[in-house]
Formats: sequence, C-alpha cells, structure tokens
Amino acid sequence: MSRMRQMSEPLQSVLHPAGADAEVIGQFTWVLFGAGLLIFLAVMALLGLSLRRHAAPLRPGLWIAGGGIALPVLLLTGLLAWSTWRSAQLVPQASNNALAISVTARMWWWEVRYRDPASGREIATANEIRIPVGRTVYLGLNAADVIHSLWVPALAGKRDMIPGRVTGLTLRADKPGVYRGQCAEYCGTQHAHMALHVVALAPAEFEAWLRNQAQPARTPEAALPLRGRAVFFEQKCQSCHTIRGVAASNSLGPDLTHVGSRLQIGAGLLRTHSSTLAGWIADPQAFKPGVFMPAASGIDGESLRALAAYLEHLQ
Amino acid sequence: MPILPDTLRLTARALLCAALCVAALAGCGGKPKEKQVPGGDARVGKQLVTQYQCGACHKISEVRGAAGEVGPELDGFGKLSYIATVIPNQPDKLTAWLMDPPAMKPGTTMPAMGLTEQEARHMAAYLYTLRSPK
Repeated sequence: MSRMRQMSEPLQSVLHPAGADAEVIGQFTWVLFGAGLLIFLAVMALLGLSLRRHAAPLRPGLWIAGGGIALPVLLLTGLLAWSTWRSAQLVPQASNNALAISVTARMWWWEVRYRDPASGREIATANEIRIPVGRTVYLGLNAADVIHSLWVPALAGKRDMIPGRVTGLTLRADKPGVYRGQCAEYCGTQHAHMALHVVALAPAEFEAWLRNQAQPARTPEAALPLRGRAVFFEQKCQSCHTIRGVAASNSLGPDLTHVGSRLQIGAGLLRTHSSTLAGWIADPQAFKPGVFMPAASGIDGESLRALAAYLEHLQ
Repeated sequence: MPILPDTLRLTARALLCAALCVAALAGCGGKPKEKQVPGGDARVGKQLVTQYQCGACHKISEVRGAAGEVGPELDGFGKLSYIATVIPNQPDKLTAWLMDPPAMKPGTTMPAMGLTEQEARHMAAYLYTLRSPK
C-alpha cells in the first residue's frame, strides 16, 4: 500500500543521464545537436544574404572549395576526433571485476538471473534488475525466441538480444533511483508492453536485497494467503511458474518466488499490489492481448483474492 | 344557459392544468444533485483512483489508462442504486465498501486495497460525479 502511494514515475530519458555511459551519450547528443544547429543557422544567414537585391557578385570557386570541402572536412574531422576520444572513456564492455547478471528477453518479458554469492546457486527474478550504485555491472544478454533489444536510456546505450547468441552490456549507475527501460527492437504484438526497471540501490541495501531473494518463498501465516497457496496449485499455475520451495522449476513464465517485492507486474504494466495481481490473473489478455498467459478459468472471487494475496505476500 | 361562463371555466381549468404541468416539469428539470460525501473531495478522489490503479479492473472513460474489463464499468456509477448489485448506494456504505469489499459482500472478487477512511471518502466523492454511462 505504501508502495502504491510512494512510487513516482521512473525516469526514462537520455537527457537525464544517471550513469557513466549515459553521461557520455548525453553529451554526444547535445554537441552534435548544437553543432548541427550552428551550421543550419549559418546556412540560413548566407541564404538571407544571397537574396539581397544588390548583392556583390560571388567567387563560386572559393565558396565551393571553402564551404563545400574545407569546412565539412574540418568540422567532421574535429567531431570524429572528439567523439573517438570520448568513446574511449565509455565503460569497457567486459565482465572482468563486474557484477554479472544474466538477462534473457522473452515475448514479452525479461528473465533476470543472479548468482547467490553465498551458495553459488542461481536466483531468478523478472522484469527488474537491481544493481548496486557505483559498481560496474555486466549484463549477459540473450533472447529465447525472437530478437529483442535492451535499452535503459538513463544508464546506457542499446544492445540487441539475439537468440542463440550471448551479447553483453556493461553499465554503472552513479545515482540511486529507479530507471525505466524498454525493449527497443520490435518483437511482436506486445513489444510496447515490454518494459523493465533498473533499480539502483546503495551497496548495503543491494546486498540485503540479494540475500532476501536467495531465500525460498516464505509460508504465509494469515488464512487468506495460505488459502491462496492452495489455489496456486488448483489453478495449475505451477505448469509455467516457479516458486522456489513451493513449486518445482518451470520457467515458461516468470519466477514468482519474490513477486510481491517487485515494483511492477506484467513487464512494467501495473504496479504490484494484490488488487492489480487479481485483475491480471483474472484476464491477462485484457491487459496484454496475445500474452502467453491464459485467463484463469472458473476461479471464484474469493479464491482469486486469496491467490492475489498469496502472491503479494511473496516478498 | 350562458355559454360564455362555461367557456371561461374550461379555459381557466386548462390554464391551471398547464400551470401545474409547467410547475411539475420545472420540479423534474435541472441537474439532479450528486450524492454528497462528508469530507470527500472529488478532485483528490480522482487522483487516488489513478494512484490505486482502479483502471486495472474498471473502465472509467475520463481516467487515463482506465480500461479494465475485469469488473464493471464505472462511467455511470453515480446513478446506480446499488453497489455490486446488493448494497444500497449511499455515501457511508460506499466508503465502507471501498475500504473492505469482502466484508460487505463475501465472495466478491474486489479486494481490500488498504485505503484509509479519508482516502475512501475522497474516492467515493469522485465516484458520485460519474453520471454518464457510455
């Protein structure tokens, strides 16, 4: 509930960089835009001068050699040299000394895997990448079905995710915050509803979060979520979803072990809450037509609420 | 038999009738008043409706993104006589309903969303402004 009240709209903007690479990319944007604007204004000024009634005759050779050859060569060479020098300062695309996180794009959600430093086991979550502020993070990228592309504009550039091939993206967040990202390669009907959030946390907070994610699902104490856990099996949710410690490993749909702790459900569609979970389960097709999750069939109101309460409880 | 008085009487009666009809119509006409919720601010209520994502399940035309198909449309909610077909649509009952639907209608799909009473009042005030079914 407090989450519902507090969460502001997360930033998805190249013009508000919050990471090292985004800073460089943002600077490119402004310098190239600025240089283009200056050249455009100069050309318009020359055009204005040329329209004067009593203009002095020109020496075309000089203008062609100067404005058509010398000026572009100088300007473009300068910009190329500057951008090459600046690009060298981008975070190196390497997994050395970086926190490695695996991200697999699927139609139309993101599977995110961490390695638990304590046990060495993999921990799966979805649609949310939590990272520690100030530390270089290497995202190993892959796609399960078609080509997708990861783009979190406030932190880094885009990187395509190709089935059968691992690509990588290194990024570093310098400010804590929630940064929205989006699939940037058309991947089917729900491409537009394939978002994710990068949550940059203080290192200690991140460690605590990861320790909690490594835990199996907690058994609820209250009656309603306890009933919900039974409904999970009645509705055969375990055919596609994993809840560690409760339902065996099935990775067709997102891992739900700690679904209640995520900011949003449906890949950036709705903020996580028992009410939105209930709505989503009742009819995912109404929210995201074409999504692979079928609508719950023949589930009565109370069971639906119980199931939603159980999932919200999984924090 | 004097003809004139009769005609006059008829005319008078017709006029009286007409006057009464006009008065009655005037009574019916004008904009019917919205139900008032003490301490509820419809403007705040609309923000809360957005914030709590009521639109995930309900269609409300004037709320951006509220196009849910799970629960009933709310565009004409202010005119409904009953909440969820069984609870009289009165301000105090609506406030209580928004805070804890299952307590008022066991078996309902609508969950309690953890609204405070004040938030529920604002939301109720807003819901009563929805008077045009689409």
